[in-house]
Amino acid sequence: MSATTPLVEVENLRKHYPIGGGLFGRARAWVRAVDGVSFAIQAGETLGLVGESGCGKTTLGRLMLRLIEPSGGDIRFEGRSLLGLRPRELRGLRRRMQIIFQDPYGSLNPRMRVGSIIGEGLAIHRLGGRDERHQRVQELIDLVGLPPDAARRYPHEFSGGQRQRVGIARALAVEPRFVVADEAVSALDVSIQAQIINLLQELRERLGLTMLFIAHDLRVVEHVSHRVAIMYLGHIVEMGPSEEIYRNPRHPYTRALLSAVPIPDPRRAARRTALAGDVPSPVNPPSGCTFHPRCPSAEAVCRSMRPPLETGRRDHAVACHVFPAEKP
Amino acid sequence: MTVLEVRGLATAFERNGGTARAVDGVSFTLDAGQVLGLVGESGCGKSVTALSLMRLVQPPGRVVAGEVRLEGQELFALSEREMRRLRGPGLAMIFQEPMTSLNPVLRIGSQIAEAVRVHGGVGRRAAWNRAVELLGEVGIAEPKTRARDYPHQLSGGMCQRVMIAMAISCAPRVLIADEPTTALDVTIQAEILDLLRALRERHRMAVLLITHDLGVVAEQANAVAIMYAGRIVEYGDVFEVFDRPLHPYTQALFRSMPSLGGRRERLEAIGGQVPDPFHLPSGCAFRDRCPQAIAACADAVPPLVEKVAGHRAACIRVEDAARNPA
Repeated sequence: MSATTPLVEVENLRKHYPIGGGLFGRARAWVRAVDGVSFAIQAGETLGLVGESGCGKTTLGRLMLRLIEPSGGDIRFEGRSLLGLRPRELRGLRRRMQIIFQDPYGSLNPRMRVGSIIGEGLAIHRLGGRDERHQRVQELIDLVGLPPDAARRYPHEFSGGQRQRVGIARALAVEPRFVVADEAVSALDVSIQAQIINLLQELRERLGLTMLFIAHDLRVVEHVSHRVAIMYLGHIVEMGPSEEIYRNPRHPYTRALLSAVPIPDPRRAARRTALAGDVPSPVNPPSGCTFHPRCPSAEAVCRSMRPPLETGRRDHAVACHVFPAEKP
Repeated sequence: MTVLEVRGLATAFERNGGTARAVDGVSFTLDAGQVLGLVGESGCGKSVTALSLMRLVQPPGRVVAGEVRLEGQELFALSEREMRRLRGPGLAMIFQEPMTSLNPVLRIGSQIAEAVRVHGGVGRRAAWNRAVELLGEVGIAEPKTRARDYPHQLSGGMCQRVMIAMAISCAPRVLIADEPTTALDVTIQAEILDLLRALRERHRMAVLLITHDLGVVAEQANAVAIMYAGRIVEYGDVFEVFDRPLHPYTQALFRSMPSLGGRRERLEAIGGQVPDPFHLPSGCAFRDRCPQAIAACADAVPPLVEKVAGHRAACIRVEDAARNPA
């Protein structure tokens, strides 16, 4: 890792949701959606965040923008903690951090014209006069490859892929440095998905964006990410440079995930690492390593002690007793 | 042995005086124990094809042409009553959203037992016992206890297992699986696909597997049909089609997919959008997105013809087998 300050950094970040107890009652239990996550993203880097439903990846993405309040830990943007900021300061900083959502149908206001949707951030942050904003919206429409008359039209007039372009233009309008893409291409058909992936990659290079790319599709994540983090039940279980993780996965969960991806080659018989059962409830996670009940390699120690995420050779970090990181 | 034969199937939807053929001239056959992968993007007509086979298309949609023979029996000639008797033992179907396909206020055991009772003519107790047996067969642990659960107590993968249990309760000749794993996580998807494979082999069911994932097709199917704008544009043995995709659309689909370990700088996206079914271009529906299109592509809809032995494509830019003997 370089000696410069990373653009975004999270340290022992936690989000625990209370369940039960009603409005004034005491919580009966806690869901540990994110449970002690630390990592840094360097400027210009894309970190892919992979995991199955309920692993906490979306919560983590929102915590990083402080769209939800963490229960503990810290988030630093350009070296400054987001948690100590006053609302006004936070609002100023929000310009630098944006999010692209999964659902291109649900995340755009159906009663607003596309031009107003894209320009809303500019208006809120009072960037430029009316004419300048108008011009900027037109530039953005062009940048993301929407038809020139898009500004006057409504979201329902566009297909899913086109709407995702609107969502991207909206996020980029305020010239952010950091973008969280939360399953931004998951709802799209393959041919359209490829268009949007290419667009994101182009824009990332052209604008020097730093990204957290959240997705469940390992193929897409490999394609766009410089580094990858694998999440399971609120923890990061493995993290490292994309090539390293995909070529040399160490954690049994990562290996099972990779082996479960169907390969479009009928001659390659599936060689899967079968996992027993479903993901356990995060309300009552298993003791020790939370993956041990499903792990084909679990040993006695895995039931009693949680393995820490340790970084070894080639920047490859693993949280596993049985397959620990290779010593540097 | 051919179990299901579909010929010239067409299903149309009407809207504001306009007509769209969501399915237009679809033909294929399915043999016992075989899996045909029906592949395409949203709106290409693959789900409407499935509903048409089940005779479950809702107005304003309507089957307007074609024949569907199940073991020689013409389905469109049957009365609604006869057809109802055939759904289950003849054709059964599972859907993409297992959570929403189950009744939330009934125990899963009762829902399966109901399916058993409708077709099996057995008593309540026997049907319940059969339901428990079926839950065990689809790999649900402690089936006796789980049979008393409600759908919300189960995960998505478990719900899909319940749907599968219900679908196989009458030992169908043909199972139609419409994106059965799309809503599931990748490790759960793998389990469900393995289960479907095991059941298919045990019961010698024919399976029509509808999916948008070419990886799933490669793992599961013997034959594959690629659909675009209501028509099958390529059809053949799975090895043939994957080794040598002929239609420009199929080729483009392969190129636009990110693959594991095959990192490239850029994906080759297919430009443009899927055409509006109410305003299809003349001739080949893919021509305005096709890198190989020529003027003649606008003249007529290209027929699906054999280009290589056992491998059909609907494209005038690919030479016919007759003119190009191997």
